[in-house]
Amino acid sequence: MSGFIALDGVSHRYGGIQAGPDGVLAIQDLTLAVGRGEFAAVVGPSGCGKSTLMKLVTGLQFPFAGHVTVGGEDVHQPVKIAGMAFQAPTLLPWRTTLENLLLPLEIVRPHRGELRRNKAAYVERAEKLLASVGLAGFGSKYPWQLSGGMQQRASLCRALIHEPQLLMLDEPFGALDAFTREELWCVIRDLHAARGITIIFVTHDLREAVFLADRVFVMSARPGRILAERTIDLPRPRDLEVTFSSAFQDIVHELRDHIVKARQ
Amino acid sequence: MNRANVMIRLAPWLFTLALLLFWEFVCRAFKIPEFFLPTPTAVAGAIYEFWPAIYRNSWITLQTTLIGFGLAVGFGLLLGLAIGWSRTIYAGLYPLMIGFNAIPKVAVVPILVLWFGIGFVPAVLTAFLISFFPIVVNVATGLATIEPEMEDVLKALGASKLDIMRKVGIPRSLPYFFGSLKIAITLAFVGSVISESVASNYGIGNLMLQAQAQFQVPLIFAGLIALAVEGIVMYWVMALLEQRMTGWAQRSDFAQN
Repeated sequence: MSGFIALDGVSHRYGGIQAGPDGVLAIQDLTLAVGRGEFAAVVGPSGCGKSTLMKLVTGLQFPFAGHVTVGGEDVHQPVKIAGMAFQAPTLLPWRTTLENLLLPLEIVRPHRGELRRNKAAYVERAEKLLASVGLAGFGSKYPWQLSGGMQQRASLCRALIHEPQLLMLDEPFGALDAFTREELWCVIRDLHAARGITIIFVTHDLREAVFLADRVFVMSARPGRILAERTIDLPRPRDLEVTFSSAFQDIVHELRDHIVKARQ
Repeated sequence: MNRANVMIRLAPWLFTLALLLFWEFVCRAFKIPEFFLPTPTAVAGAIYEFWPAIYRNSWITLQTTLIGFGLAVGFGLLLGLAIGWSRTIYAGLYPLMIGFNAIPKVAVVPILVLWFGIGFVPAVLTAFLISFFPIVVNVATGLATIEPEMEDVLKALGASKLDIMRKVGIPRSLPYFFGSLKIAITLAFVGSVISESVASNYGIGNLMLQAQAQFQVPLIFAGLIALAVEGIVMYWVMALLEQRMTGWAQRSDFAQN
């Protein structure tokens, strides 16, 4: 697999380049490559610079050493081909769920110029997307009228509405209860299978990482580096049942050992 | 409408009535002289007797206040957006504004009189000066508290600062803005009345000053009542506006009963 996304010897300090040489190193000499259409999970102890990794890949910040390339090009500005979702759904409370979904289209070119003319088509696209995550008919509701899990689904839809080539997820299910979380694992799994989209998924839940990903990267404690890389060869499509299989448990245990070492 | 709702509707009137009864009772029971604290009935008498003057001057005060308040809304909104837009503008203007806000506005009135003469203009300007600060602070707060994740989502899509301001910042600061209007309108009354009582021939402030000079204590209190009524009405208008414009921000059931 070629590196659709590649980080090569990347180091970065908190606060970006402005922080100067005294800034705390968030990640150091980090190298990682993710192929097109691949589902990569990044796990590590808290504070290991996972969120910094997100910002570097999406072009919100730039490393002071090393290179970040997306689609073969150096990242000098926000990449615009990425959708993002976080632990907090960050939906705008004054917009209905549907209007929240349309927000990225009001920003991203070329949709930005066409939104008004082709409103009906875009609304249809948004409604289809909502239906695909089990939110059919909820478009007219305000986010605060939805449950936490439903808000997170809507947040995923917002990240996907402009049909990005890359989906960046930063602990998207961290605040949800276990059952809802597993439901959403399946939603993500199906989205990935249906769209062939490249996904980078930051989490500290190992079961989540193993269930979803093609490859799992283990990061060290701060400053973050890639300690280990594990290809998950469990056959797809994976069913939730697989999480109880011994093969699955073995991989989780193996990764867990890495994390324990990383914390020391 | 159930019983609890009826009580909530009636409560403001009942509490006001209770206050007036208590006031009347205290005045009579302790035989407080009228020139010290007139009874509500004496005040009502003064309102009836001087109605044309009270009515005319109330209008003048209301107009003065609303014009000053209008200026404060426009200026406060612009300044709040500017402060929320740029950290440099924030760093530069904030200390100045805090210092300015700390100056008692009654001390500014003589300067305004020096520049514009007595009457309408200094009163409008005092109302403006005293009421713009809360608007600025609230609008700037609304902008400053945008969730960083939200900003990231939009920036990663190539959003400009103006985009983020338009799509997130401004709508987000509206509840703060409308909330601040309730504070600003009451302050604007304070401003115009201060200026009227120091340097004007019109308005409720001036009416009260003259009543004081002639020792017509019930009329002074009639002026206070007129101000209170205007204040309540305008506050209510602002609260209604707030509810209309930013209903999405008020969904708590916390204080229902």
